[in-house]
Amino acid sequence: MTELPPAIRLESVSRQYTMGESVIRAVNDVSLTIPSGEFLALLGSSGSGKSTLLNLIAGLDRPSSGAVIAEGNDLSKMSPLALARYRRQTVGMVFQSFNLLPRMTLEENVELPLRLAEVDRSERATRVREALQRVGLEKRIGHRPSELSGGEQQRTAIARALVNRPKILLADEPTGNLDSTTGESILTLLREIQKNPGMTIVMVTHERTLAERFADRLAVMGDGKLLSNGAAR
Amino acid sequence: MKLRDLGDLAFRNLREAVLRNSLTTLGVAVGVASLVAMLSLGVGLQQLASSRLAKSGLFDSIFVTPKTNLRGPGSGPPATRTPDAKSRLLDADARAEISRMPNVIEVYPPIRFFTEVRYEGKPYATMVAGMPESSKASGAFDGMQGHFFSSPNADEAILQAEFAKELNPQTSSLIGKDLILRYAERQSLGAPGGDAASSGGFSVVPKEKHFLIIGVVETEPASGFGGFGSGRLLIPLPIAETLRAAQVNDLRDILRGSSSDKPTYSSLTVRVKSPSLVEATEAKLKDLGFSAFSLLDASKSLRIFFSVFDLLLGIFGSLALAVATLGIINTLVMAILERRREIGVLKALGAADSDVKQLFFVEAGVMGLFGGVFGVLLGWLIGRTLTLGTNIYLHRQSLPGVDISSVPWWLVLLSILFAVGVSLAAGLYPASRAARLDPVQALRYE
Repeated sequence: MTELPPAIRLESVSRQYTMGESVIRAVNDVSLTIPSGEFLALLGSSGSGKSTLLNLIAGLDRPSSGAVIAEGNDLSKMSPLALARYRRQTVGMVFQSFNLLPRMTLEENVELPLRLAEVDRSERATRVREALQRVGLEKRIGHRPSELSGGEQQRTAIARALVNRPKILLADEPTGNLDSTTGESILTLLREIQKNPGMTIVMVTHERTLAERFADRLAVMGDGKLLSNGAAR
Repeated sequence: MKLRDLGDLAFRNLREAVLRNSLTTLGVAVGVASLVAMLSLGVGLQQLASSRLAKSGLFDSIFVTPKTNLRGPGSGPPATRTPDAKSRLLDADARAEISRMPNVIEVYPPIRFFTEVRYEGKPYATMVAGMPESSKASGAFDGMQGHFFSSPNADEAILQAEFAKELNPQTSSLIGKDLILRYAERQSLGAPGGDAASSGGFSVVPKEKHFLIIGVVETEPASGFGGFGSGRLLIPLPIAETLRAAQVNDLRDILRGSSSDKPTYSSLTVRVKSPSLVEATEAKLKDLGFSAFSLLDASKSLRIFFSVFDLLLGIFGSLALAVATLGIINTLVMAILERRREIGVLKALGAADSDVKQLFFVEAGVMGLFGGVFGVLLGWLIGRTLTLGTNIYLHRQSLPGVDISSVPWWLVLLSILFAVGVSLAAGLYPASRAARLDPVQALRYE
């Protein structure tokens, strides 16, 4: 069986910030390969650099040195416009605080990436409905985020991340604002998505037990460095 | 992002902070309204002045005199004067020839003579003036008591109000009454051989004619050149001509040695179809051997004056719009602070810097468009109110109403475009600031 090319490859990636006279190395010389279709959990304590690494993979930030190669594209060499297109088409993002736009209905929130990608209006309704069906919220299509529970809001955020059919799903502490039962259901959903339609998932979390139960592999970070990297189960 | 989606999102964002955005839009509207009100006043006054002047006949008239006339009799006896090959006498033939010229609509001599009027048996001395038919449209007879001459050949008279008051302080009661004009008719002296032209003189015979008073007019109507308000008793010009009343310039005719029955004129007023035809007609009249003069240059000065006037009004009007611009900048900068996280989300979902910039730009443009449309309406209302106020004042002074403000379509269009343009310019800085936001920082913002 031929091995699939990696979905993401990090080559000696560093990201440093200058605060006054001191230099903070948020990510320090990290090299990591994530195969296509893998569910990777990035673990670490607060300030370990895991979210910064996720932002680098998302194309929201650029490395100070090294290369981030996602689906064959070296993000560090891409123009701002090409990076925006990458965020639209190749990756979907889920955040700890959901980041739904409060004045829009679920339908409009999920439709937003389709507007940005200039998908035809005729096609949008179908795709929004499909995405909301996937997360079990098709009946709440006209509701606003404030009318939903935390778990439902996170499901909506997942539907929004999936609607443009990305290859990589990036989740930054997706269960951080949820109780343990709801958190588990969200991770079950992510696991299902990983299997069908088949997607590479990188999830930042500090909940080791959940990560061990749902992820294929754990990468542990501390002080900006990759401390360990191995199979979860 | 497609324009329609940008518009959708912009409207949604504007509706979200409806009070603040409405107030900002109202600021733009007030700015545009002040601009429109000022310019409509400028345009209205210009139109009023132009139409009054055009109606007065001053700008479509040419004042024609014989060439020799201007030189006067002081340059030696006629026999020794070298005749100008092209100079001609301004007589009935010349008048007929000028009348036949293309674009000429009216040719008439100024007829004014001092005479005595008898009303209810009492004598009054006054100046009589012949009014051409066209003077009806000059605006001078607007708002008069009674009406204009029923026909150019009617034995009817219109009194100037000051003179009418001398006859009877209750001027309205004069209408329908009869008055007698006593005047001196010019009759040429027949020479023994019957050659009137060589007799070199004429006699004046006292005559009387009855006129029906049909109107009283406040203003002193100008009858083209040379007719500036000196007439206090106005009669139709064709009637005035048939009277053959002795006039001041008749003495000049004697000196010139022509006092035939055939009338000669010291001057003629030639009216053409439009002011644009004055220059060409004036040149043709000069070619015919007459002196010709027009007031067209004065209308050019008027246009220059109003251009400067409009410019100044526009500058004052724009000041309010400049303040409104600051309002737009303030509103949008505040919106960036409030929507920082939203901008971060949009960028995380794949919005390019240009998408964010365009979104803020469209929001500014929409505020400008609404402000512009509302402002034009408001400006128009201010103009109407000013006109109404002026007319109430004029009415109290017993003067006819005028329209002092005018909002032509080009002013509507330009004002709205200007409001949108200014708003877009005001949106430039906030939009580029929003586009430059770092998404990582923006997503962290609480």
